[in-house]
Parts: sequence; C-alpha cells; structure tokens
Amino acid sequence: MRADTLLELADVDREFDVSRPWLNRLLEGEPRRSLRAVDGVSFSIRRGETLALVGESGCGKSTVARMIVGLYAPSRGRIVFEGADLADPASAPLRRRMQMIFQDPYASLNPRWRVRDIVAEPIVAHGMAPDAHALAARVAELLTQVGLAPEDGGKFPHEFSGGQRQRISIARALSSNPEFLVCDEPTSALDVSVQAQILNLMKDLQQRLGLTYLFISHNLAVVAHVATRVGVMYLGRLVEVADAKDLFERPRHPYTRMLIDAIPDIEMSGRPRTPVAGEVPSPLAPPSGCAFNPRCPHANDRCRAERPASHALPGGRSVACHAVEEDRIPDL
Amino acid sequence: MKAKAGAWLRRTWEHDLAWGFRRSPVTVAAAFLTLVCVGGAVFAPWIAPHNPFDSASLVLTDGFTPPAWVAGGRMEYLLGTDDQGRDMLSTIMYGSRVSLAVGLASVLFSMVLGVGLGLVSGYVGGRLDAFIMRVADIQLSFPAILIALLIDGVARVALPRDTHDQIAIYVLILAIGVSGWVQYARTVRGSTLVERSKEYVQAARVIGRSQASIMLRHVLPNVMGPVLVIATIHIATAIITEATLSYLGVGVPATQPSLGTLIRVGNDFLLSGEWWITVFPGLALIVLVLSVNLLGDWLRDALNPKLR
Repeated sequence: MRADTLLELADVDREFDVSRPWLNRLLEGEPRRSLRAVDGVSFSIRRGETLALVGESGCGKSTVARMIVGLYAPSRGRIVFEGADLADPASAPLRRRMQMIFQDPYASLNPRWRVRDIVAEPIVAHGMAPDAHALAARVAELLTQVGLAPEDGGKFPHEFSGGQRQRISIARALSSNPEFLVCDEPTSALDVSVQAQILNLMKDLQQRLGLTYLFISHNLAVVAHVATRVGVMYLGRLVEVADAKDLFERPRHPYTRMLIDAIPDIEMSGRPRTPVAGEVPSPLAPPSGCAFNPRCPHANDRCRAERPASHALPGGRSVACHAVEEDRIPDL
Repeated sequence: MKAKAGAWLRRTWEHDLAWGFRRSPVTVAAAFLTLVCVGGAVFAPWIAPHNPFDSASLVLTDGFTPPAWVAGGRMEYLLGTDDQGRDMLSTIMYGSRVSLAVGLASVLFSMVLGVGLGLVSGYVGGRLDAFIMRVADIQLSFPAILIALLIDGVARVALPRDTHDQIAIYVLILAIGVSGWVQYARTVRGSTLVERSKEYVQAARVIGRSQASIMLRHVLPNVMGPVLVIATIHIATAIITEATLSYLGVGVPATQPSLGTLIRVGNDFLLSGEWWITVFPGLALIVLVLSVNLLGDWLRDALNPKLR
C-alpha cells in the first residue's frame, strides 16, 4: 500500500439474495438465487484525488459506494480506510471521517426537518459541538460555505430548488469535518446549468478543505470535468483504471472505447467509432470468461473461457482484458 | 409578542387546511356539534343542571317525568327524568364523559401499540415483521367486539368482583385498545417500508445514527399523517364499541353509566311508554359519532394531496 493511500478495496464482492419467497421455492423446486452485484473489485484512492467510477446502469458502481460508507457489508474482501479494516468494529470512529452525498436531493433530506437540524445532525450524532451556540455558529458557517444564507437554516427542504437542496446535502456531509466524501451521482438529478455550479462548488471545497472524493457517475462529461482518475465498471467488475486524461485520450479496454466513442463529438473529427452494440447481459447469469465478451469486437475463444485478470500498464493504468494483454487491438 | 400571535393566527387562518375547512359547511357543522358534545361532557360538573349521582338531591317522586314539551313535562327537567328521578340531560352529559374518555383513551392506547409495532415491523423486517403481521392477520379474522368481549370476560373471571368494578373502565380501555391496534400497525408498516428506502434514512445511517433514533426521529414524523386520520375515525368506532359493550352489560358498571349503559337501562322502559329514557342517550350517541366521523372524513380528504 502506498503511503498516500486513503482507502483501498481488496477483491471485494457483494452478493444479493434474490430468491423467491421460501414457499414458492419449496413448491416450485427452485434453488436459491443470488445476484453478484460487485465481483472482485480492487482499487485504491489516494489522498486529495477524485476517483470517478463510471459504467452503465446496474454495473455495481452504487453498490461499491454503499459498501464503502457501510450501508452494505461486503460479502467477501476487505475495505481498508486509513490502514484500518472497516469491517472491524474498532474502526467505527473512522466512519465520522467519511460522508456521503446522495443522488436525489428531493429524497435525501428529511421533509419534516428544518435545514439547520439536517445540517447539524452529524455534529450532534458524534457529539462534536460543546453547546448550542457553537452548534448554531458552525451550521451558519457551513451554510455560508456552500453558498446559502445562514437564515436559510430556519426553512424546510421543500422551500428550496434542487440545486440548493444539493448544497444543503453537501453542507450536511461536511459538518462532521470528513476527509473523504462518497458522491453517488450527485448531479444527475439536476438541470445542466445547475450541475456545473454544484461541480464547481465541490471542486472548490476539495481545494480549500483538502477533501478526497469517490465520484460515481454515468455521465462521462461530468467525469472528465472533475476526476483525476477514472475506474470503468462493467457488470460488477472493474475493467480499467487510469488517469482521467489518459483514459479519455487513449482508452485501452474495448468497453472503455465503446463508452468514449458514444460521447457526442462537437468538433466532428470524423475519427472511426465503434458503435455501442448489444445489451448488458443479466447479472443473474453473467457470461463465462470475460463479462464483456458477447459485445466485444475483439473477443476470441480465450475471452469466452478465461476471466481476464487486471494487469498493470505503464502510467499507473490497469486493464482487465486478454486482447490488450496480447496486444491484439490496433491503437487508435 | 402580540404581533407575532397575530401573524400566527393569520397564517393558520389562511392555511390550506383552514381554507378547506371553511369551504365545507358540513365539516363546520360537524366541528360545531363535536365541540358542543365534548364541551358538554368535559364541563358537565359545572354546567349540568343537576348532579345525577348525588343521591341526596334526587327526588324519587319526580321519576318518569316526560320531556318539557310533552304534556306533564317540567322545564326543570328539559329532557325528562328516568325511573329514579335523575335528569336525563345531566345523565347524558355525564354519560358522554365516560364514553368520550373511554373512546379517547382506548384510541390512544391502540395508536401507541399499533404505531410502535408497525414501525418496528416495517423498519426491522425479516422474521419479526412476519411474526407481527401474522398476529395482526389472526386478530383481524375476529371481529373487534369479540376480542374486547374476550378480554373483558377474562378480566371478570380473573379479578374479584369488587376490584373488577373499580377498574372496569381501565379493563374496557384495554379491551377496546387491544382490539384496534391492527389498523395502525398495518398502515404504519406500509408507510415505514416506503420511508425506509428513501435516501434521507440512508443518510442518517451513514451519519451513524442508531436504529432507534432513525425510527423515532426520522421515520415516525413521516408516517404520522395517515395515523391521525385513522385515529379520528377510530374515536367514533371506539365510542360505538364501548356503547355496544356497555349495552351488552359487560362494559362500565351502572354506578358510572356511559351512553351505552343509559341506552340499555332505558330500553326496559321503552315498551311501557317512557321512550325518552333510551331515545335521548341514543340520539346523543348518534350525533357524537356522526360528527366525529364527518370530521375524520374531512381530515382524510384534506390530507390526501390526490383529492385536492
């Protein structure tokens, strides 16, 4: 582990039980069924960087986020934060140092609570304010920090727009002085004009407070704007991790190429594109070998039989692909 | 301070609920009648023309006086008197006291029990949820009145007669309360399942709040809307249940008559022509239950955004 690593996931799996009810299984002779939403994911996040996880709906990126903040427990593997395994009950105090920003600003704030109580909740939960005055001052400071007025604390969430609500969410996440924020599609429910404001606010706060972000998104334009490194997920597996600039300029994994080719190109450079073909297979019955082989233009017999391991490439990049490893893919 | 109170009054007056209330004459009438009934019951010791339980003031020869507007009636006894010369109007006021107290207390009991069990059931889920809901299903397959009769019967057998008479009213509250919790539990469980999956609950978990704190401080306030509607309508049902039990003779003792007891006692004189002894308590019961029910209906519609 490198010295500046803040969080590390080592071979993490998460399975969900999707069996029918017990009586149905008994009568219809069905076995238990489980869905492997996250399958052997390993990556690490360095202090101060923004790692973005991208992928199509259902690829397991939100499940990864939820495992990190403790909403789900991993079925296998370890999540290590600041050198401590988060599955260990002794690491519970570390939880204060990570917070989460949710996707839907209309659902993530309790509609019956005033904004000041929402923002103060982490401070109260962790007993971080000596008295009511300090608490009120801290809440006012937080609201100012995210671009709201201290007087807004007396209002209810429904009195705010989506972008303002997301600012409240950010203020709440920041209130326990965390170092690490997990952002699960924080802008996908917002108007495009508001998205940019929120992203800039997040970047600004990152610089001022030295925050580390895990940024979950399916929007590559947003990812290109905020990420320092990008991880691409497909069907529960991490297929490529690279520095953001490298990844967008020179994607290596065939799936990454397909995703990046799908971004509309305003300059109309006319470079050849691989059209997005096929559908994501059902995670209940993932294909054998490489999960991407049914959609991959470079798939051969090895890809259909053997699951590719992630291997390192120069520049801190890692790719899980037989074709890249064997150098079968012509460069762009 | 005065300006603040004025502003509060104006806000309340202009609130959606208040506006909807003013627009519905039936609701206003129901609210008025409920107020009259409740006021009459609560202030009975001060405003009732007689004290029907003070045996010293009873004049036995005044028994069976008809209502004031019937031949032989006296203004002193507006609604007539019963066999022992007790003024019917006063008896009804005191009787509503017992009816309302039992109704409100048992609804409160049902509500606390049902909301608690429903909240835990929906939030914790799993086997506990299955167990609580199967118990609810089983109870729902019996009529509420049967459950109340059963509990009352058990209490009668288990307790000595004197003790039972003393605590009869509490046994009644318990019996009616236990028979009504299922509705609350089911409603709250359903809303809790919806609320539990919302992101604000997950946010509270990420923050590190305990399960109990999330249930009470986050989920509970968001599931109480439908509960208040059910509770209002349930008050009327509980009063009817109490009256039924008392009419059947298993409710409150005759020394502390409720409306149901009054109807039962009056029934004995119905065939001999003294109709007022049973008809007026009956009318009072109908008016009380109907107006509370109408208020409940209005509240249900007013709080349902789909019907606005």
